[in-house]
Amino acid sequence: MSEEIIASLKENVIQGRKTAEDEGIEEGMVGTPAVVELTQQALEKKVSLEAIITQALTAGMHVVGEKFTAKEYFIPDMLASAEAVGAAMDILKPHLEASHIETKGRVAIATVKGDIHDIGKNIVTTLLKGAGYEVNDLGVDVPTEKILEVVRKEKPDFLGLSALLTTTMVAMGEITEALKEEGLRDKVKVLIGGAAVSDEYAQEIGADAYCIDGFHAIKTLDAFQEVKV
Amino acid sequence: MPREGILVQNPYKRLTDEQVSRIHQASIEILSDPGLISFNRQAADIFNANGAKVEVISSGESPCWLIKIPEKLVLQALDSTPKTVKLGARNPENTLIMNGEEPRVYFVSGSETNIWLDVDFPTYVKKSERSTEIQVPEFHPRRGTVDDLCKSAHVCEHLETLDGYIRTVNIQDKDITEDNKDVNKFFASLNNTTKHFMSGLTNLKQLDNVVNMAKLIVGGEKELKENPIISFITCLVKSPLQFIEDTTDILIEVCRRGLPVVVSSSPQAGTTAPIKEAGILAQINAEVLAGITLSQLVNKGTPVLYGSVPVRARMDTLSDSYGSVETSQYNIDCTQIARFYKIPNYSTAGVCDTKTPGQQASIERLFSDIAVTLSGPQYLHCAYGLLDCNAVFCLLQAVLDDAHFKMIKFFLNSPGISEGDINEVLKQIREVVETPQKMYVRHIRPLMRSGELSAPYPFEGEGEGDNVFALAYERMNQLLAQPVEHIDPATTAKIFQEIPGLLPRLNVYEKGGKQ
Repeated sequence: MSEEIIASLKENVIQGRKTAEDEGIEEGMVGTPAVVELTQQALEKKVSLEAIITQALTAGMHVVGEKFTAKEYFIPDMLASAEAVGAAMDILKPHLEASHIETKGRVAIATVKGDIHDIGKNIVTTLLKGAGYEVNDLGVDVPTEKILEVVRKEKPDFLGLSALLTTTMVAMGEITEALKEEGLRDKVKVLIGGAAVSDEYAQEIGADAYCIDGFHAIKTLDAFQEVKV
Repeated sequence: MPREGILVQNPYKRLTDEQVSRIHQASIEILSDPGLISFNRQAADIFNANGAKVEVISSGESPCWLIKIPEKLVLQALDSTPKTVKLGARNPENTLIMNGEEPRVYFVSGSETNIWLDVDFPTYVKKSERSTEIQVPEFHPRRGTVDDLCKSAHVCEHLETLDGYIRTVNIQDKDITEDNKDVNKFFASLNNTTKHFMSGLTNLKQLDNVVNMAKLIVGGEKELKENPIISFITCLVKSPLQFIEDTTDILIEVCRRGLPVVVSSSPQAGTTAPIKEAGILAQINAEVLAGITLSQLVNKGTPVLYGSVPVRARMDTLSDSYGSVETSQYNIDCTQIARFYKIPNYSTAGVCDTKTPGQQASIERLFSDIAVTLSGPQYLHCAYGLLDCNAVFCLLQAVLDDAHFKMIKFFLNSPGISEGDINEVLKQIREVVETPQKMYVRHIRPLMRSGELSAPYPFEGEGEGDNVFALAYERMNQLLAQPVEHIDPATTAKIFQEIPGLLPRLNVYEKGGKQ
């Protein structure tokens, strides 16, 4: 029974179906249980958290990644799957905490002060959640003080900063400076992204990395985590 | 089911209804004064017998007549001209149904160029950095052959947006003569495409041979009437206002056989027609009306297309300028005029002035393709592969044009704003604004796979390089590698037995025949 649920959960990740009313890639799936319902069923049937995460969610996302690389899937497919996995992770979160199982890592992400553009940040958030990271999305136009407070109190492994405008990207430098002044800079990896910034700018302001898109962000975070291990 | 083409909602009009009506009146005036000069005796006799005023101008070696056509004859002809024309096809699913009042556009190849443009991709090495190599397309013009015509029909068979096939290249092989050109032209084309085939005729003596070939393919005379897999283009009028001897004979004989025919005129604004828009329109309309009138006097009810190929003169050479903006304007005007008569329109777009594919070719052809299509002509010819003002055909360009027409057809899709659409998006908006990321991306997916989103440009390369030509060339070769449905072996054998003049190498079932 648990094998069936795992297989079905994995398939629904591949299909990018978050809830029962979602369409999948294939016809005739509307109304059948999707990732949210199946995750709840799995918990009720006492399927192990490890099996749910590794054999269904991660394995499903792996297939999605392969299909994306093969140009069979497009970014909307990738995001739909990632969003479904993110929803499953939200359901699993209290159970993971109760079992003292850690996620892949914790990320705080924000569009910096003065900037309200968030498409890129939202895509990165969805993809990171789908990749198994716990993401705290602070929103747009986030003041530097608020970001410092989150880093201080929640101690995320990563801080993602986004800016679209050349006029607002300077806030990123202010944040890295403020982190240094507060003695927090070495407590968190700072990653920057957005149309206005570049690898050079990341180096200039002392950020740890520049991520060109959501997929690059996953790779970068994974690489940092591997070094940590 | 016939081919769908694309139905243009709210077709673009340049002329007001009053202007169309005024052009009609001016054309009627032209037909009665000054009238047309006819170098064709039959036409003069037919008009004379039906009440037109016909005078002998010259009775010497090149006799000619002045024909003044009264309004009544023209109006009677317009009355008897079919408003719906069917062009059949070897594959009935490729049938074209054209209604003069319905702006449903079919995209068609053409015309008949002397030059075929080959392409290859030699490699160049960067002088300052020998390790850097690039491939650059090179175009090589040469005279067209029957093999080229087969290849072009083959590729056109597989071009998704191409609805009908007009012979693209003039066959100039050493063993092609005036006496065997038509049968080989028709067989090479019909054997390599199951779409409708239209062509001009080189030699009237070959008309019955090509008609008999078509009868053998469809199964008989009655079958050919029901499914006219071939039709003819006749440029019987030389501008300004002259019936030509040989092409007028061809029109008359095609009409006697009741087969579909295009009555076409191609005046050049500035040289063979007035440069002013009103002038070229009044004249081309008079020329086409004269041809339509003759067609109906020969055989009432003959299916004809109102063939308009107006073009502006280049000021530097006084040659045709298909790439000029005015040429598109004239064509759009003619579409409106043909619709006024409710007769399906054979129009022109996509020809460019430049000699090779490239940026100028893309700009000129895409401009006219979009503009003229928006006016809703029923049969848009010349639209694939033509360069250098109808002098050059390039198969690679035809493949590129197919991509243009996919975009144009998509653009003309009806907007989806039904009650159901509104209710669905309201639900979507309410749902999405409640989510933390507020993205609609997941709702793209059903549309992405149902064809409701336009496809990306098919020849986009990786990275920053422009690989359009190389990718289109690859596509062209893929299409050539796809099989086509040839005429079956028994019919082919019959055709080769009964129709004289066919080149043995065109028989794909015989040794040495080319597939």
